[in-house]
Amino acid sequence: MNDSKLSHNKWIADHIASLPKSGIRDFFDIVCTMDEVISLGIGEPDFDTPWHIREASIYALNKGYTSYTSNLGDLRLRKAICKYVEENFNGSYDPVSECIVTVGVSEALDILMRAILNPGDEVLYHEPCYVSYAPTIRMTHAIPVAVQTYEKDDFVLDIAELEKKVTPKTKALLLNYPNNPTGAGLTIEDKKRLADFAIRHDLLVISDEIYEELSYVPRSPCIASLPGMKERTVLLNGMSKAFAMTGFRLGYACGPHPIIDAMMKIHQYSMLCAPSLAQAAALEALQNGAVEREKMRVEYEQRRNVIVKGLNELGLNCFMPRGAFYVFPCIRSTGMNSMDFAMTLLKEKHVAVVPGTAFGPCGEGFVRCSYATAMDEIEEAIRRIGEFVAKR
Amino acid sequence: MEKKTLKKEVLSLLKRNARFSAKEMADRLGASEGEVLATIAELEKERTIVGYTAIVSDEAESNEVRAIIEVAIQPERDTGFDNVAERLARFPEVRSAYLVSGKYDLRLEVVGDSLQAVASFVAGKLASQDGVKSCATYFLLKKYKESGVQFAREEKHERLKIVP
Repeated sequence: MNDSKLSHNKWIADHIASLPKSGIRDFFDIVCTMDEVISLGIGEPDFDTPWHIREASIYALNKGYTSYTSNLGDLRLRKAICKYVEENFNGSYDPVSECIVTVGVSEALDILMRAILNPGDEVLYHEPCYVSYAPTIRMTHAIPVAVQTYEKDDFVLDIAELEKKVTPKTKALLLNYPNNPTGAGLTIEDKKRLADFAIRHDLLVISDEIYEELSYVPRSPCIASLPGMKERTVLLNGMSKAFAMTGFRLGYACGPHPIIDAMMKIHQYSMLCAPSLAQAAALEALQNGAVEREKMRVEYEQRRNVIVKGLNELGLNCFMPRGAFYVFPCIRSTGMNSMDFAMTLLKEKHVAVVPGTAFGPCGEGFVRCSYATAMDEIEEAIRRIGEFVAKR
Repeated sequence: MEKKTLKKEVLSLLKRNARFSAKEMADRLGASEGEVLATIAELEKERTIVGYTAIVSDEAESNEVRAIIEVAIQPERDTGFDNVAERLARFPEVRSAYLVSGKYDLRLEVVGDSLQAVASFVAGKLASQDGVKSCATYFLLKKYKESGVQFAREEKHERLKIVP
């Protein structure tokens, strides 16, 4: 039968059909057709995975460690995760009952949402934010409720804004600090205010801390360590950013046993377990990866200093990010909107940045520049953006 | 930034790449160019930094023959290995010299125009020195890594151009 006469759409579930496609898809397609593009649009480390970690995975492969592991993940890895979480984030978890190894934070977030949300439940999350939060919530037939964050607050959630959006149907508050795309971070006072809000409204807090190790200010204990919070917090983290292991797809969740157990039900039927070779690599990273991790963090920090200074000197104001590897300059001084700025910059100067609107409507007026790219590229990109801005 | 920290950071950058400009280091560290220049001057003056060199490929050194030489020394009263070691290190043929633990005492790297040149240096100058008990010469055949730099470049993996 001629495909064009068959409407496949009738087979697509309504809630999937109505999911918007990622706002940067068209932009991405154009970038891919161009040569000699300097991309500040890449949200993954430019470092190779440290050799000792790759070597551990190769060793595991040679040894034939290629079978399934426990659904929850190899217990040795879970023990290493809990030790790491305790030493680095002040979170205390039992490796046997309060930790699950997942295929990246993406899977952890997906199975957590599926584990906790009934149709019609509401989840508060802050914008601008990573592109998958709202769709992940929507896929469970629940309702994502965006709360704006503002440049004037350095993109930290304002409790007053949260209070406006919370309803009796609100079940959870999703946090992502250090933040993609803004580089914002939380102080201990911010965390206390958010914890107080969550307790007051009896909400579960989901804290996606994938960029936590890439902090450039002294780190404070995780929100789960605050009084009354461990029992209502699920921490999500993984190997991708801090250890430059994006393609390994290895993440984890730590939280109260009943929630981890519910996540585990979904995980065992859908994923079975995280890849065993990636688990072997993660074990090595957590146990012996601190030195290489710190080297990368220092390099990101220095690039941050260079790119923030460079952009501010061009009149594209951005605050000094506290973590992650993004800056989020305001481009309103050019008189352009985010998409036009990104598209014209790409066409005229072959520099790719991501329009702020990809991260929510309140990203209008901003673009995201990633500094997970080599310093000479950052410097060349700033030079070209300077020429571009001068013509406006 | 505190002066002591700045010194440490500048040193760490220069050890990675001695060609970093003062401006780039200043931007990286959030300091001024003047502060960085002053720090470099101080590091040089106090002889924390004693020189700058380039790391070059095997091909660039194809007209040279290099050897690692293990030297066993008879230590002297009071000065130990130092007198002999410093005397040996004075020869321009000796590119590097370390006192090491283990079966022998000094590890020298020696450079010459040819195999014969190195051999005659070892036999004529080195082995015959007072205090040198014995030596073993290992000619270097191929360089894989020097000063933290690996020579066989891995093919750079192309990342996706946009990742949210």
